[in-house]
Amino acid sequence: MSKSITAKDLNVYYGDFLAVEGVNIEIAARSVTAFIGPSGCGKTTFLRSLNRMHEVLPGARVEGELLLDDDNIYAPGVDPVTVRTMVGMVFQRPNPFPTMSIRENVLAGYKLNGARLSRSRADEIVEEALRGANLWNEVKDRLDNPGSGLSGGQQQRLCIARTVAVKPDVILMDEPCSALDPISTLAIEDLIGELKQDYTIVIVTHNMQQAARVSEKTAFFNIAGTGKPGKMIEYDDTHVIFNNPSNEQTERYVSGKFG
Amino acid sequence: MSQTDQKQPTPTSVEGPAGPPAQRRPDPAAALRPRSLTQNSIPWWVGLVVLAAAAVLGAALSALISFSIALWLIFTAVSYVIISYVVTRTRVNRRKATDGFWKNLVYLAFIVALLPLVSVIWSVVSVGVPGLLEPGFLASDMRGIDGSIDQQSQEEGTAVLGGIRHAMIGSLLITLTATLISVPIGLMTSIYLVEYSRGGTLARAITFFVDVMTGIPSIVAGLFGAAAMGWFLSTANSLGLPLPSRSTMGITAAVALSVLMIPVVVRTTEEMLRVVPNELREASYALGVRKWRTILKVVIPTAISGIAAGVTLAIARVIGETAPILVTAGFVVYTNWNMFQGWMTALPVYIYRQFQNPTSPNFSDPSHQRAWAAALVLILIVMGLNLIARIIAALFAPKKTGR
Ligand SMILES: Nc1ncnc2c1ncn2[C@@H]1O[C@H](COP(=O)(O)OP(=O)(O)OP(=O)(O)O)[C@@H](O)[C@H]1O
Ligand SMILES: [Mg+2]
Repeated sequence: MSKSITAKDLNVYYGDFLAVEGVNIEIAARSVTAFIGPSGCGKTTFLRSLNRMHEVLPGARVEGELLLDDDNIYAPGVDPVTVRTMVGMVFQRPNPFPTMSIRENVLAGYKLNGARLSRSRADEIVEEALRGANLWNEVKDRLDNPGSGLSGGQQQRLCIARTVAVKPDVILMDEPCSALDPISTLAIEDLIGELKQDYTIVIVTHNMQQAARVSEKTAFFNIAGTGKPGKMIEYDDTHVIFNNPSNEQTERYVSGKFG
Repeated sequence: MSQTDQKQPTPTSVEGPAGPPAQRRPDPAAALRPRSLTQNSIPWWVGLVVLAAAAVLGAALSALISFSIALWLIFTAVSYVIISYVVTRTRVNRRKATDGFWKNLVYLAFIVALLPLVSVIWSVVSVGVPGLLEPGFLASDMRGIDGSIDQQSQEEGTAVLGGIRHAMIGSLLITLTATLISVPIGLMTSIYLVEYSRGGTLARAITFFVDVMTGIPSIVAGLFGAAAMGWFLSTANSLGLPLPSRSTMGITAAVALSVLMIPVVVRTTEEMLRVVPNELREASYALGVRKWRTILKVVIPTAISGIAAGVTLAIARVIGETAPILVTAGFVVYTNWNMFQGWMTALPVYIYRQFQNPTSPNFSDPSHQRAWAAALVLILIVMGLNLIARIIAALFAPKKTGR
């Protein structure tokens, strides 16, 4: 159910602009990996290249290899839609579908793809996904209410439920807590801790305590200046990155001396 | 950082070498600050008094020329604007007076803009209602109504016979068919423009031609419809296909109206699709949903209220067209349900004919009464469509609660 990720010399472009250059990283299955780094260094860009969401933008493209277990998702002939069913994504701003109820939002991955589910099977999926996202108790009595009627933190957990409902192998999260209060943030951090039993999780965060709390490994990205490509500077166990990083830039970033 | 630190203003650099200025110059803020909280306002009843005074003055001024209600209202409005300016200027201050002056002008402009609409509705309703109340007006067509019947009803006061059943059915069928033609074409065009084109040459060309189509005079659309259908039928007939040879029929009018409708539908749905947040599309892609399914099941449902409202407004726009229907579907006095055979009447054409060629040339009152009543029905239909557009928009709008 869970897959490892390996990037080999990955370059990510917006048109002619090289946004991220030469990333080599190995992310183990069933682990939590955090991406940290100053704003604009390409964390989101790199994350979106992990499930081929990057190329949705006009002119955007990727060079290099990205292996999911042993399969290169950028090999010719690979269908990006298949990749995205294996690699789910949670966005920075909660984005439940406004026309759908809570229940329909959870089932969106099936319903939008035209899958037919029996009523009981659908109920099972909804309950399992909402329990998995720690949202079941809060919404179980109003599953048919619109999803946009929830609080921001609940909406974000609904989006996580929607993602885990289709049982991907990898879950990518782009600053999932940046719009949330400390309590919702804690709920989601706990959730990440549980989800890593079954999924490979990659999370982008600006909150270094959060990275230290949830992740086993941390990658530090940096950018030499505006217009220059972002690069992965250091990748190691989280406690190494935060306590004695080998790179001086990492050291200065995690101790708050710049950025 | 250290550079800007040095440039932080110190108390002495602000005061200057001559020491604290407060003792020599009065605080400028004191001049702006009123001495009491109600100083700069006038009691609420002053407005009413000014209005009353303006009304009296307006009556006097209009009586000087020759009294009429219109003149009185104009003079009242003008004197109200002037008097309230003067009063505010003398009692409060110039700033408030200017503010009030412009506010009054804006209200006046709004009323002036509303006048034509109100007077049109008023005159159509007042003249049209008697004809509408005539028994059988909505249920009968004009078959068998000739000059002698109209002459009789004008001279002897008998009921005005004849109605608009055929015209309503014609309008309905033609507009419905035009909608069925233009909505799929318009919707797909806008989907291409918003979702697929990425701003290429083709997209720019389409946008340009849609803009040009918006400006096409409706009579040209009518001529186009007639010519296109005529060409199509003659080609089909020369190939031996069993199609009618005459192009004057309901479907031709529907084609002509689609030429007018398509650009409106494209424009409105394009706007509506563009405001669907990209986040929703990405959320759907991230679930492994294909693009066409995303468009069909996420983008369109999210925009459906705006699309439906836009389509309804486009219908309202073409349902009042006269010329294109006259040249494509002609004019008859009986009900024709068949879009593909024979002439057809639409409401606007009916109105035009009743005015221009009264059934009885010398006794035109019954014809005019029917025309006004038909105009009233047309206005009611357009109003109803606008209402439906609003209801649809509210009904389909994404549920927005909480957050
Ligand atoms: N759609 C786009 N088109 C062109 N350039 C882009 C686009 N999105 C991002 N960029 C550029 O790519 C670089 C990396 O951006 P990215 O969004 O990945 O940064 P980030 O590390 O996620 O920053 P933040 O922490 O602020 O979210 C930036 O220089 C940015 O200007
Ligand atoms: Mg980002």
